Amino acid sequence: MKILGIESSGLVASVAVLEEGIIQGEFTTNFKKTHSQTLLPMLDILKDTLELDLDTVDAIAVAAGPGSFTGLRIGSATAKGVALAMDKPIIAVPTLEAMACNFYGSDKLICPIMDARRNQVFTGLYRFENDDLDIVMDQCPLDINELLDKINQLLGDGESAETDLGQIKEVVFLGDGVNVQRQTIEDNCKVKYSFAPAHLAYQSASSLCVRAVTYYNEGKAINSDDFRPEYLRVSQAERERTKKLAAEGGN
Amino acid sequence: MTGNDKVRILAIESSCDETAAAVVVNGREVLSNVISTQIPIHTLYGGVVPEIASRKHIERVNQVVREALKEADVTLDDIDAIGVTYGPGLVGALLVGLSEAKAIAWAKGIPLVGVHHIEGHICANYIEDTQLEPPFMCLVVSGGHTHLVNVSDYGKYEILGRTRDDAAGEAFDKVARAIGLGYPGGPKVEQKAKEGDPHAIKFPVAKVDDGVYDFSFSGLKSAVLNYINGAEMKGEEINEADIAASFQQAVIDALVGNAMNAIDEYKVTKFAIAGGVASNKTLSEAMKAACEAKGVKFYHPSPILCTDNAAMIGAAAYYEYINGRRDGWDLNAIPNLVLGER
Repeated sequence: MKILGIESSGLVASVAVLEEGIIQGEFTTNFKKTHSQTLLPMLDILKDTLELDLDTVDAIAVAAGPGSFTGLRIGSATAKGVALAMDKPIIAVPTLEAMACNFYGSDKLICPIMDARRNQVFTGLYRFENDDLDIVMDQCPLDINELLDKINQLLGDGESAETDLGQIKEVVFLGDGVNVQRQTIEDNCKVKYSFAPAHLAYQSASSLCVRAVTYYNEGKAINSDDFRPEYLRVSQAERERTKKLAAEGGN
Repeated sequence: MTGNDKVRILAIESSCDETAAAVVVNGREVLSNVISTQIPIHTLYGGVVPEIASRKHIERVNQVVREALKEADVTLDDIDAIGVTYGPGLVGALLVGLSEAKAIAWAKGIPLVGVHHIEGHICANYIEDTQLEPPFMCLVVSGGHTHLVNVSDYGKYEILGRTRDDAAGEAFDKVARAIGLGYPGGPKVEQKAKEGDPHAIKFPVAKVDDGVYDFSFSGLKSAVLNYINGAEMKGEEINEADIAASFQQAVIDALVGNAMNAIDEYKVTKFAIAGGVASNKTLSEAMKAACEAKGVKFYHPSPILCTDNAAMIGAAAYYEYINGRRDGWDLNAIPNLVLGER
Protein backbone atom coordinates (compact mmCIF):
# COMPACT_ATOMS: atom_id res chain seq x y z
CA MET A 1 0.00 0.00 0.00
CA LYS A 2 1.23 3.46 -0.90
CA ILE A 3 -0.03 6.68 0.67
CA LEU A 4 0.71 10.27 -0.34
CA GLY A 5 0.37 12.53 2.71
CA ILE A 6 -0.35 16.28 2.68
CA GLU A 7 -0.19 18.37 5.88
CA SER A 8 -0.73 22.14 5.81
CA SER A 9 -2.97 22.71 8.82
CA GLY A 10 -0.57 24.99 10.68
CA LEU A 11 2.69 26.83 10.12
CA VAL A 12 4.34 23.69 8.78
CA ALA A 13 3.96 22.51 5.20
CA SER A 14 4.79 18.83 4.91
CA VAL A 15 4.41 16.10 2.29
CA ALA A 16 5.43 12.47 2.44
CA VAL A 17 5.12 9.13 0.70
CA LEU A 18 4.68 5.97 2.77
CA GLU A 19 4.91 2.55 1.12
CA GLU A 20 4.63 -0.72 2.98
CA GLY A 21 5.93 0.58 6.28
CA ILE A 22 8.67 2.72 4.75
CA ILE A 23 8.67 6.49 4.53
CA GLN A 24 10.19 6.78 1.08
CA GLY A 25 10.44 10.52 1.36
CA GLU A 26 9.28 13.45 3.42
CA PHE A 27 9.67 17.14 2.77
CA THR A 28 8.80 19.53 5.59
CA THR A 29 9.21 23.28 5.79
CA ASN A 30 8.35 25.80 8.47
CA PHE A 31 9.03 29.05 6.72
CA LYS A 32 7.36 32.40 6.14
CA LYS A 33 6.06 31.64 2.62
CA THR A 34 2.39 30.71 2.31
CA HIS A 35 1.37 27.11 1.74
CA SER A 36 -0.08 28.17 -1.59
CA GLN A 37 3.47 28.93 -2.76
CA THR A 38 5.28 26.02 -1.09
CA LEU A 39 3.03 22.96 -0.97
CA LEU A 40 2.82 21.99 -4.63
CA PRO A 41 6.47 22.77 -5.46
CA MET A 42 7.38 20.52 -2.50
CA LEU A 43 5.14 17.75 -3.83
CA ASP A 44 6.78 18.18 -7.21
CA ILE A 45 10.28 17.81 -5.77
CA LEU A 46 9.21 14.77 -3.77
CA LYS A 47 7.62 13.19 -6.84
CA ASP A 48 10.72 13.79 -8.98
CA THR A 49 13.11 12.57 -6.30
CA LEU A 50 11.14 9.39 -5.67
CA GLU A 51 10.35 8.90 -9.37
CA LEU A 52 6.82 8.60 -8.09
CA ASP A 53 4.14 7.41 -10.48
CA LEU A 54 0.94 8.83 -9.00
CA ASP A 55 -1.01 5.94 -10.54
CA THR A 56 0.65 3.63 -8.02
CA VAL A 57 -0.62 5.61 -5.02
CA ASP A 58 -3.54 3.96 -3.23
CA ALA A 59 -4.87 6.97 -1.36
CA ILE A 60 -4.20 10.63 -0.55
CA ALA A 61 -4.01 11.35 3.17
CA VAL A 62 -4.69 14.88 4.31
CA ALA A 63 -4.76 16.71 7.62
CA ALA A 64 -8.51 17.15 7.95
CA GLY A 65 -8.53 19.72 10.72
CA PRO A 66 -8.60 21.48 12.96
CA GLY A 67 -6.09 24.12 11.98
CA SER A 68 -5.71 27.40 10.18
CA PHE A 69 -8.85 27.70 8.02
CA THR A 70 -6.85 28.83 5.02
CA GLY A 71 -4.10 26.27 5.54
CA LEU A 72 -6.65 23.48 5.81
CA ARG A 73 -8.31 24.57 2.59
CA ILE A 74 -5.07 24.78 0.62
CA GLY A 75 -4.17 21.25 1.72
CA SER A 76 -7.73 19.99 1.19
CA ALA A 77 -8.13 21.46 -2.30
CA THR A 78 -4.70 20.15 -3.25
CA ALA A 79 -5.59 16.67 -2.00
CA LYS A 80 -9.00 16.80 -3.68
CA GLY A 81 -7.48 17.94 -6.97
CA VAL A 82 -4.87 15.17 -7.00
CA ALA A 83 -7.48 12.63 -5.92
CA LEU A 84 -9.87 13.72 -8.67
CA ALA A 85 -7.17 13.72 -11.35
CA MET A 86 -5.84 10.28 -10.39
CA ASP A 87 -9.17 8.78 -9.32
CA LYS A 88 -7.97 8.02 -5.78
CA PRO A 89 -9.77 8.13 -2.44
CA ILE A 90 -8.92 10.50 0.41
CA ILE A 91 -8.06 9.51 3.96
CA ALA A 92 -9.14 12.34 6.23
CA VAL A 93 -6.88 12.27 9.29
CA PRO A 94 -7.77 14.39 12.33
CA THR A 95 -4.87 16.83 12.67
CA LEU A 96 -4.25 16.28 16.37
CA GLU A 97 -4.26 12.48 16.13
CA ALA A 98 -1.58 12.68 13.45
CA MET A 99 0.45 14.99 15.69
CA ALA A 100 0.10 12.58 18.61
CA CYS A 101 1.71 9.93 16.41
CA ASN A 102 4.95 11.93 16.61
CA PHE A 103 5.20 10.31 20.05
CA TYR A 104 4.51 6.75 18.99
CA GLY A 105 5.06 4.33 21.85
CA SER A 106 5.55 7.03 24.46
CA ASP A 107 4.57 6.22 28.05
CA LYS A 108 3.45 9.82 28.53
CA LEU A 109 0.09 11.48 28.06
CA ILE A 110 0.40 13.24 24.71
CA CYS A 111 -1.12 16.70 24.39
CA PRO A 112 -0.82 18.45 21.03
CA ILE A 113 -2.03 22.04 21.11
CA MET A 114 -2.60 24.45 18.26
CA ASP A 115 -3.25 28.10 18.83
CA ALA A 116 -6.93 28.83 18.19
CA ARG A 117 -6.77 32.51 19.30
CA ARG A 118 -9.04 34.14 21.87
CA ASN A 119 -7.07 32.21 24.56
CA GLN A 120 -8.33 28.94 23.13
CA VAL A 121 -6.43 26.01 21.77
CA PHE A 122 -7.35 23.15 19.49
CA THR A 123 -6.27 20.16 21.49
CA GLY A 124 -6.82 16.52 22.34
CA LEU A 125 -5.34 13.98 24.78
CA TYR A 126 -3.78 10.74 23.60
CA ARG A 127 -1.77 7.78 24.84
CA PHE A 128 -0.28 4.66 23.35
CA GLU A 129 -1.61 1.34 24.54
CA ASN A 130 -0.27 -1.89 23.07
CA ASP A 131 1.14 0.10 20.14
CA ASP A 132 -2.30 1.59 19.40
CA LEU A 133 -3.20 5.23 19.67
CA ASP A 134 -5.87 5.60 22.35
CA ILE A 135 -7.95 8.76 22.38
CA VAL A 136 -8.31 9.92 25.99
CA MET A 137 -10.01 13.15 24.96
CA ASP A 138 -11.06 13.74 21.34
CA GLN A 139 -9.85 16.84 19.55
CA CYS A 140 -11.79 19.99 20.36
CA PRO A 141 -11.42 23.72 20.92
CA LEU A 142 -10.80 24.42 24.60
CA ASP A 143 -9.73 27.21 26.92
CA ILE A 144 -6.09 26.58 27.84
CA ASN A 145 -6.86 26.69 31.56
CA GLU A 146 -9.68 24.18 31.19
CA LEU A 147 -7.25 21.91 29.39
CA LEU A 148 -4.70 22.23 32.18
CA ASP A 149 -7.40 21.56 34.82
CA LYS A 150 -8.31 18.42 32.96
CA ILE A 151 -4.70 17.24 32.78
CA ASN A 152 -4.11 18.05 36.46
CA GLN A 153 -7.20 16.06 37.33
CA LEU A 154 -6.26 13.09 35.14
CA LEU A 155 -2.67 12.78 36.30
CA GLY A 156 -2.79 14.36 39.74
CA ASP A 157 -2.57 12.03 42.75
CA GLY A 158 -4.49 9.28 41.01
CA GLU A 159 -7.64 10.73 42.58
CA SER A 160 -9.60 10.82 39.39
CA ALA A 161 -11.95 7.91 39.38
CA GLU A 162 -13.44 8.40 35.92
CA THR A 163 -10.39 7.42 33.89
CA ASP A 164 -7.71 4.86 34.40
CA LEU A 165 -4.54 6.13 32.89
CA GLY A 166 -2.52 3.35 34.51
CA GLN A 167 1.10 4.14 34.87
CA ILE A 168 1.01 7.49 33.06
CA LYS A 169 2.59 10.12 35.31
CA GLU A 170 3.68 12.77 32.86
CA VAL A 171 2.34 14.85 30.00
CA VAL A 172 4.22 16.05 26.93
CA PHE A 173 3.05 19.16 25.05
CA LEU A 174 3.66 19.72 21.37
CA GLY A 175 2.37 21.93 18.57
CA ASP A 176 2.56 25.61 17.63
CA GLY A 177 0.25 26.43 20.55
CA VAL A 178 3.13 25.72 22.93
CA ASN A 179 4.91 28.91 21.87
CA VAL A 180 1.80 30.97 22.63
CA GLN A 181 0.79 29.20 25.87
CA ARG A 182 4.17 28.25 27.37
CA GLN A 183 3.88 30.67 30.27
CA THR A 184 0.34 29.58 31.15
CA ILE A 185 1.40 25.94 31.06
CA GLU A 186 4.41 26.63 33.26
CA ASP A 187 2.23 28.53 35.72
CA ASN A 188 -0.73 26.21 35.90
CA CYS A 189 0.32 22.68 35.02
CA LYS A 190 0.62 20.92 38.39
CA VAL A 191 1.79 17.56 37.11
CA LYS A 192 5.11 16.58 35.61
CA TYR A 193 5.34 17.89 32.06
CA SER A 194 7.75 18.43 29.20
CA PHE A 195 7.79 20.18 25.87
CA ALA A 196 8.51 18.29 22.68
CA PRO A 197 11.96 18.67 21.14
CA ALA A 198 12.18 20.52 17.83
CA HIS A 199 12.00 17.46 15.55
CA LEU A 200 8.80 16.18 17.22
CA ALA A 201 7.13 19.48 18.00
CA TYR A 202 5.13 20.11 14.85
CA GLN A 203 2.89 18.51 12.25
CA SER A 204 4.62 16.06 9.97
CA ALA A 205 3.29 14.29 6.90
CA SER A 206 5.04 11.07 7.89
CA SER A 207 3.09 10.91 11.17
CA LEU A 208 -0.01 11.73 9.16
CA CYS A 209 0.68 8.81 6.82
CA VAL A 210 1.20 6.44 9.75
CA ARG A 211 -2.15 7.41 11.23
CA ALA A 212 -3.74 7.21 7.76
CA VAL A 213 -2.77 3.53 7.46
CA THR A 214 -4.98 2.74 10.46
CA TYR A 215 -7.91 4.60 8.95
CA TYR A 216 -7.34 2.98 5.56
CA ASN A 217 -7.27 -0.49 7.08
CA GLU A 218 -10.50 0.29 8.91
CA GLY A 219 -12.09 1.03 5.53
CA LYS A 220 -12.36 4.75 6.21
CA ALA A 221 -10.96 6.07 2.94
CA ILE A 222 -13.63 8.25 1.30
CA ASN A 223 -14.56 9.61 -2.13
CA SER A 224 -12.67 12.87 -2.62
CA ASP A 225 -15.92 14.66 -3.57
CA ASP A 226 -17.30 14.11 -0.09
CA PHE A 227 -14.24 15.27 1.79
CA ARG A 228 -14.37 18.58 3.64
CA PRO A 229 -12.16 19.75 6.48
CA GLU A 230 -13.38 19.76 10.09
CA TYR A 231 -12.82 23.30 11.31
CA LEU A 232 -14.21 22.60 14.79
CA ARG A 233 -15.45 26.16 14.78
CA VAL A 234 -18.21 27.93 12.87
CA SER A 235 -17.43 31.15 11.06
CA GLN A 236 -17.72 34.43 12.93
CA ALA A 237 -20.72 35.45 10.81
CA GLU A 238 -22.57 32.25 11.70
CA ARG A 239 -21.72 32.64 15.37
CA GLU A 240 -23.06 36.20 15.43
CA ARG A 241 -26.17 35.23 13.50
CA THR A 242 -26.92 32.38 15.91
CA LYS A 243 -26.45 34.73 18.83
CA LYS A 244 -28.71 37.32 17.25
CA LEU A 245 -31.43 34.77 16.48
CA ALA A 246 -31.23 33.42 20.03
CA ALA A 247 -31.56 36.94 21.43
CA GLU A 248 -34.56 37.65 19.22
CA GLY A 249 -36.11 34.33 20.14
CA GLY A 250 -35.70 35.16 23.83
CA ASN A 251 -37.62 38.41 23.56
CA MET B 1 -2.32 19.33 -28.08
CA THR B 2 -4.60 16.46 -28.80
CA GLY B 3 -3.68 15.63 -32.34
CA ASN B 4 -5.66 18.41 -34.05
CA ASP B 5 -5.80 22.16 -33.93
CA LYS B 6 -8.33 22.32 -31.12
CA VAL B 7 -7.16 23.60 -27.76
CA ARG B 8 -9.43 22.38 -24.98
CA ILE B 9 -9.17 24.26 -21.71
CA LEU B 10 -10.64 23.23 -18.39
CA ALA B 11 -11.30 26.44 -16.47
CA ILE B 12 -12.02 26.93 -12.78
CA GLU B 13 -13.38 30.05 -11.09
CA SER B 14 -13.98 30.60 -7.35
CA SER B 15 -13.15 34.25 -6.70
CA CYS B 16 -16.39 35.12 -4.90
CA ASP B 17 -19.58 33.15 -4.28
CA GLU B 18 -19.88 30.93 -7.35
CA THR B 19 -17.99 27.66 -7.67
CA ALA B 20 -17.64 27.22 -11.40
CA ALA B 21 -15.90 25.02 -13.97
CA ALA B 22 -16.11 24.90 -17.75
CA VAL B 23 -14.55 23.30 -20.79
CA VAL B 24 -13.92 25.72 -23.66
CA VAL B 25 -12.49 25.02 -27.13
CA ASN B 26 -10.22 27.59 -28.74
CA GLY B 27 -11.49 30.30 -26.43
CA ARG B 28 -14.81 30.56 -28.24
CA GLU B 29 -16.79 27.33 -28.11
CA VAL B 30 -18.27 26.37 -24.73
CA LEU B 31 -18.63 22.61 -24.23
CA SER B 32 -19.80 23.01 -20.64
CA ASN B 33 -20.34 25.84 -18.19
CA VAL B 34 -21.21 24.59 -14.71
CA ILE B 35 -21.98 27.07 -11.92
CA SER B 36 -22.79 26.18 -8.34
CA THR B 37 -24.10 29.32 -6.72
CA GLN B 38 -24.02 30.11 -3.01
CA ILE B 39 -26.50 32.98 -3.20
CA PRO B 40 -29.12 31.34 -0.90
CA ILE B 41 -26.74 31.03 2.05
CA HIS B 42 -25.22 34.50 1.66
CA THR B 43 -28.72 35.97 1.42
CA LEU B 44 -29.13 35.10 5.11
CA TYR B 45 -26.29 37.52 5.88
CA GLY B 46 -27.23 40.28 3.42
CA GLY B 47 -24.03 39.80 1.45
CA VAL B 48 -21.14 37.48 0.75
CA VAL B 49 -19.43 36.17 3.90
CA PRO B 50 -15.84 35.33 2.85
CA GLU B 51 -15.30 32.45 5.31
CA ILE B 52 -18.60 30.80 4.40
CA ALA B 53 -17.87 31.27 0.69
CA SER B 54 -14.49 29.56 1.11
CA ARG B 55 -16.05 26.65 3.00
CA LYS B 56 -18.75 26.16 0.37
CA HIS B 57 -16.17 26.19 -2.42
CA ILE B 58 -14.22 23.33 -0.87
CA GLU B 59 -17.41 21.29 -0.48
CA ARG B 60 -18.46 21.73 -4.09
CA VAL B 61 -15.29 22.07 -6.16
CA ASN B 62 -14.77 18.42 -7.15
CA GLN B 63 -18.38 17.85 -8.10
CA VAL B 64 -18.42 21.00 -10.22
CA VAL B 65 -15.21 20.03 -12.05
CA ARG B 66 -16.48 16.49 -12.62
CA GLU B 67 -19.78 17.78 -13.95
CA ALA B 68 -18.02 20.18 -16.34
CA LEU B 69 -15.94 17.33 -17.78
CA LYS B 70 -18.94 15.04 -18.03
CA GLU B 71 -21.17 17.62 -19.68
CA ALA B 72 -18.42 18.37 -22.20
CA ASP B 73 -18.06 14.63 -22.77
CA VAL B 74 -14.29 14.77 -22.25
CA THR B 75 -11.82 13.40 -19.72
CA LEU B 76 -8.78 15.13 -18.27
CA ASP B 77 -6.73 13.29 -20.92
CA ASP B 78 -8.43 15.46 -23.57
CA ILE B 79 -7.54 18.71 -21.80
CA ASP B 80 -4.62 20.81 -23.13
CA ALA B 81 -4.40 23.36 -20.33
CA ILE B 82 -6.06 24.37 -17.08
CA GLY B 83 -7.09 27.99 -16.69
CA VAL B 84 -7.86 29.37 -13.27
CA THR B 85 -8.74 32.69 -11.68
CA TYR B 86 -5.92 33.75 -9.32
CA GLY B 87 -7.15 37.29 -8.61
CA PRO B 88 -8.65 39.66 -7.86
CA GLY B 89 -11.24 38.39 -5.40
CA LEU B 90 -11.68 37.00 -1.89
CA VAL B 91 -8.37 35.40 -1.03
CA GLY B 92 -9.79 32.39 0.82
CA ALA B 93 -12.24 31.74 -2.00
CA LEU B 94 -9.62 32.16 -4.72
CA LEU B 95 -7.28 29.72 -2.97
CA VAL B 96 -9.74 26.84 -3.23
CA GLY B 97 -10.15 26.96 -7.01
CA LEU B 98 -6.49 27.80 -7.49
CA SER B 99 -5.22 24.94 -5.29
CA GLU B 100 -7.60 22.53 -7.01
CA ALA B 101 -6.55 23.67 -10.49
CA LYS B 102 -2.85 23.50 -9.62
CA ALA B 103 -3.22 20.01 -8.15
CA ILE B 104 -5.09 18.66 -11.18
CA ALA B 105 -2.62 20.24 -13.60
CA TRP B 106 0.32 18.90 -11.60
CA ALA B 107 -1.06 15.37 -11.23
CA LYS B 108 -1.89 15.14 -14.96
CA GLY B 109 1.14 17.05 -16.24
CA ILE B 110 -1.05 19.67 -17.95
CA PRO B 111 0.07 23.32 -18.35
CA LEU B 112 -1.39 25.83 -15.86
CA VAL B 113 -2.56 29.27 -16.93
CA GLY B 114 -3.48 31.88 -14.32
CA VAL B 115 -6.24 34.26 -15.36
CA HIS B 116 -7.22 37.72 -14.15
CA HIS B 117 -10.89 37.69 -13.17
CA ILE B 118 -11.71 40.93 -15.01
CA GLU B 119 -9.89 39.68 -18.10
CA GLY B 120 -12.29 36.75 -17.90
CA HIS B 121 -15.31 39.06 -17.81
CA ILE B 122 -14.06 40.94 -20.87
CA CYS B 123 -13.43 37.67 -22.74
CA ALA B 124 -17.03 36.55 -22.14
CA ASN B 125 -17.70 38.73 -25.18
CA TYR B 126 -15.50 36.45 -27.34
CA ILE B 127 -17.84 33.59 -26.51
CA GLU B 128 -21.01 35.57 -27.10
CA ASP B 129 -19.87 36.94 -30.45
CA THR B 130 -17.29 34.64 -32.01
CA GLN B 131 -16.45 37.28 -34.63
CA LEU B 132 -15.43 39.93 -32.09
CA GLU B 133 -11.75 40.75 -32.21
CA PRO B 134 -9.68 43.51 -30.61
CA PRO B 135 -9.27 46.39 -30.65
CA PHE B 136 -12.39 47.38 -28.74
CA MET B 137 -13.35 49.19 -25.56
CA CYS B 138 -15.02 47.39 -22.66
CA LEU B 139 -16.85 48.53 -19.54
CA VAL B 140 -16.66 45.90 -16.79
CA VAL B 141 -19.31 46.43 -14.12
CA SER B 142 -19.90 43.97 -11.31
CA GLY B 143 -20.30 43.68 -7.56
CA GLY B 144 -16.56 44.08 -7.08
CA HIS B 145 -15.37 46.00 -10.12
CA THR B 146 -16.07 49.02 -12.27
CA HIS B 147 -13.43 49.35 -14.99
CA LEU B 148 -13.36 51.10 -18.33
CA VAL B 149 -10.76 49.24 -20.36
CA ASN B 150 -9.17 49.64 -23.77
CA VAL B 151 -8.50 46.20 -25.25
CA SER B 152 -5.80 46.86 -27.86
CA ASP B 153 -5.06 43.19 -28.56
CA TYR B 154 -5.67 39.76 -27.05
CA GLY B 155 -4.29 39.92 -23.52
CA LYS B 156 -3.42 43.64 -23.82
CA TYR B 157 -5.40 45.94 -21.57
CA GLU B 158 -5.20 49.60 -20.68
CA ILE B 159 -7.38 50.77 -17.81
CA LEU B 160 -8.87 54.14 -18.72
CA GLY B 161 -11.01 54.55 -15.65
CA ARG B 162 -12.11 52.74 -12.53
CA THR B 163 -14.17 53.38 -9.44
CA ARG B 164 -12.59 55.41 -6.68
CA ASP B 165 -14.76 53.83 -4.00
CA ASP B 166 -17.74 51.48 -4.36
CA ALA B 167 -18.16 49.27 -7.40
CA ALA B 168 -21.41 49.84 -9.29
CA GLY B 169 -22.78 46.47 -8.19
CA GLU B 170 -21.84 47.22 -4.59
CA ALA B 171 -23.92 50.40 -4.74
CA PHE B 172 -26.85 48.33 -6.04
CA ASP B 173 -26.47 45.93 -3.09
CA LYS B 174 -26.34 48.74 -0.53
CA VAL B 175 -29.32 50.58 -1.95
CA ALA B 176 -31.27 47.31 -2.17
CA ARG B 177 -30.61 46.72 1.52
CA ALA B 178 -31.67 50.29 2.40
CA ILE B 179 -35.04 49.95 0.68
CA GLY B 180 -35.58 46.47 2.06
CA LEU B 181 -35.10 44.45 -1.12
CA GLY B 182 -32.34 42.24 0.23
CA TYR B 183 -29.47 40.45 -1.49
CA PRO B 184 -28.40 40.24 -4.27
CA GLY B 185 -29.22 43.85 -4.99
CA GLY B 186 -28.66 44.07 -8.75
CA PRO B 187 -31.57 42.01 -10.06
CA LYS B 188 -33.86 43.11 -7.20
CA VAL B 189 -33.32 46.83 -7.80
CA GLU B 190 -33.77 46.33 -11.53
CA GLN B 191 -37.05 44.52 -10.96
CA LYS B 192 -38.34 47.17 -8.54
CA ALA B 193 -37.23 49.97 -10.84
CA LYS B 194 -39.64 48.76 -13.52
CA GLU B 195 -42.53 50.02 -11.38
CA GLY B 196 -40.93 53.38 -10.69
CA ASP B 197 -40.16 56.70 -12.38
CA PRO B 198 -36.43 57.07 -13.16
CA HIS B 199 -36.75 60.87 -13.10
CA ALA B 200 -38.77 61.11 -9.87
CA ILE B 201 -35.77 61.92 -7.67
CA LYS B 202 -32.59 63.65 -8.75
CA PHE B 203 -29.66 61.76 -7.21
CA PRO B 204 -26.30 63.38 -7.88
CA VAL B 205 -23.39 61.40 -9.27
CA ALA B 206 -20.02 62.75 -8.24
CA LYS B 207 -17.64 63.80 -10.96
CA VAL B 208 -14.06 62.73 -10.38
CA ASP B 209 -11.90 65.78 -11.11
CA ASP B 210 -8.47 64.38 -11.82
CA GLY B 211 -9.32 61.02 -13.39
CA VAL B 212 -11.32 61.77 -16.51
CA TYR B 213 -12.85 58.32 -16.81
CA ASP B 214 -12.93 57.31 -13.15
CA PHE B 215 -16.17 56.63 -11.33
CA SER B 216 -17.44 57.32 -7.83
CA PHE B 217 -20.60 55.70 -6.48
CA SER B 218 -20.30 56.13 -2.73
CA GLY B 219 -21.69 59.68 -2.93
CA LEU B 220 -24.68 58.42 -4.88
CA LYS B 221 -25.26 55.67 -2.34
CA SER B 222 -25.09 58.24 0.49
CA ALA B 223 -27.52 60.52 -1.35
CA VAL B 224 -30.02 57.66 -1.52
CA LEU B 225 -29.55 56.83 2.18
CA ASN B 226 -29.90 60.52 3.12
CA TYR B 227 -33.06 60.79 1.05
CA ILE B 228 -34.56 57.80 2.88
CA ASN B 229 -33.51 59.09 6.32
CA GLY B 230 -34.84 62.56 5.49
CA ALA B 231 -38.19 61.15 4.48
CA GLU B 232 -38.38 59.04 7.63
CA MET B 233 -37.58 62.02 9.85
CA LYS B 234 -40.37 63.99 8.23
CA GLY B 235 -42.67 61.04 8.61
CA GLU B 236 -43.11 60.83 4.85
CA GLU B 237 -43.67 57.56 3.09
CA ILE B 238 -41.00 56.64 0.61
CA ASN B 239 -41.68 55.17 -2.80
CA GLU B 240 -39.21 52.30 -3.12
CA ALA B 241 -39.88 51.86 -6.82
CA ASP B 242 -39.09 55.53 -7.57
CA ILE B 243 -35.93 55.33 -5.46
CA ALA B 244 -34.82 52.16 -7.26
CA ALA B 245 -35.57 53.60 -10.69
CA SER B 246 -33.96 56.98 -9.98
CA PHE B 247 -30.89 55.41 -8.42
CA GLN B 248 -30.49 53.00 -11.31
CA GLN B 249 -30.85 55.86 -13.76
CA ALA B 250 -28.13 57.83 -11.99
CA VAL B 251 -25.74 54.86 -12.20
CA ILE B 252 -26.55 54.34 -15.87
CA ASP B 253 -26.05 58.05 -16.63
CA ALA B 254 -22.60 57.93 -15.04
CA LEU B 255 -21.58 54.74 -16.83
CA VAL B 256 -22.92 55.77 -20.23
CA GLY B 257 -21.57 59.32 -19.89
CA ASN B 258 -18.02 58.21 -19.20
CA ALA B 259 -18.16 55.51 -21.84
CA MET B 260 -19.32 57.92 -24.54
CA ASN B 261 -16.62 60.46 -23.68
CA ALA B 262 -13.99 57.73 -23.91
CA ILE B 263 -15.42 56.47 -27.21
CA ASP B 264 -15.10 60.00 -28.61
CA GLU B 265 -11.56 60.48 -27.41
CA TYR B 266 -10.22 57.06 -28.44
CA LYS B 267 -12.32 56.87 -31.60
CA VAL B 268 -13.17 53.20 -31.13
CA THR B 269 -15.66 51.47 -33.42
CA LYS B 270 -16.56 48.60 -31.08
CA PHE B 271 -17.77 48.80 -27.50
CA ALA B 272 -18.58 45.93 -25.12
CA ILE B 273 -19.92 45.61 -21.60
CA ALA B 274 -19.21 42.76 -19.18
CA GLY B 275 -19.65 41.72 -15.55
CA GLY B 276 -22.68 40.95 -13.41
CA VAL B 277 -24.19 44.44 -13.70
CA ALA B 278 -23.99 44.12 -17.50
CA SER B 279 -26.90 41.71 -17.22
CA ASN B 280 -29.01 44.74 -16.21
CA LYS B 281 -31.26 45.19 -19.25
CA THR B 282 -31.93 48.88 -18.65
CA LEU B 283 -28.17 49.51 -18.65
CA SER B 284 -27.40 47.45 -21.73
CA GLU B 285 -30.28 49.03 -23.67
CA ALA B 286 -29.16 52.54 -22.71
CA MET B 287 -25.57 51.74 -23.64
CA LYS B 288 -26.65 50.15 -26.91
CA ALA B 289 -28.71 53.18 -27.89
CA ALA B 290 -25.88 55.56 -27.03
CA CYS B 291 -23.35 53.49 -28.99
CA GLU B 292 -25.59 53.16 -32.02
CA ALA B 293 -26.19 56.92 -32.05
CA LYS B 294 -22.44 57.25 -32.61
CA GLY B 295 -22.25 54.43 -35.16
CA VAL B 296 -20.32 52.25 -32.67
CA LYS B 297 -21.04 48.52 -32.71
CA PHE B 298 -22.25 47.32 -29.29
CA TYR B 299 -21.53 43.94 -27.73
CA HIS B 300 -22.85 42.38 -24.57
CA PRO B 301 -22.77 38.82 -23.21
CA SER B 302 -25.90 36.84 -22.29
CA PRO B 303 -26.74 37.02 -18.57
CA ILE B 304 -25.21 33.59 -17.85
CA LEU B 305 -21.87 34.86 -19.22
CA CYS B 306 -22.16 38.20 -17.37
CA THR B 307 -22.27 36.88 -13.83
CA ASP B 308 -19.26 34.93 -12.55
CA ASN B 309 -18.63 31.78 -14.56
CA ALA B 310 -15.72 29.64 -15.68
CA ALA B 311 -16.39 29.69 -19.44
CA MET B 312 -15.15 33.27 -19.54
CA ILE B 313 -12.01 32.19 -17.68
CA GLY B 314 -11.53 29.47 -20.29
CA ALA B 315 -11.79 32.05 -23.06
CA ALA B 316 -9.23 34.32 -21.40
CA ALA B 317 -6.95 31.38 -20.61
CA TYR B 318 -6.94 30.32 -24.26
CA TYR B 319 -5.52 33.63 -25.45
CA GLU B 320 -2.96 33.66 -22.63
CA TYR B 321 -2.10 30.06 -23.51
CA ILE B 322 -1.45 30.71 -27.20
CA ASN B 323 0.55 33.79 -26.18
CA GLY B 324 2.80 31.37 -24.29
CA ARG B 325 1.79 32.01 -20.70
CA ARG B 326 2.54 29.13 -18.34
CA ASP B 327 2.38 29.41 -14.57
CA GLY B 328 4.45 27.56 -12.00
CA TRP B 329 3.27 25.37 -9.15
CA ASP B 330 3.99 28.28 -6.81
CA LEU B 331 1.25 30.45 -8.35
CA ASN B 332 -0.44 32.25 -5.47
CA ALA B 333 -3.79 33.96 -5.14
CA ILE B 334 -3.51 37.75 -5.43
CA PRO B 335 -6.67 39.34 -3.96
CA ASN B 336 -5.92 42.82 -5.37
CA LEU B 337 -4.38 41.78 -8.67
CA VAL B 338 -4.30 44.67 -11.15
CA LEU B 339 -5.49 44.09 -14.71
CA GLY B 340 -2.54 43.85 -17.09
CA GLU B 341 -0.07 43.02 -14.31
CA ARG B 342 1.30 39.68 -13.18
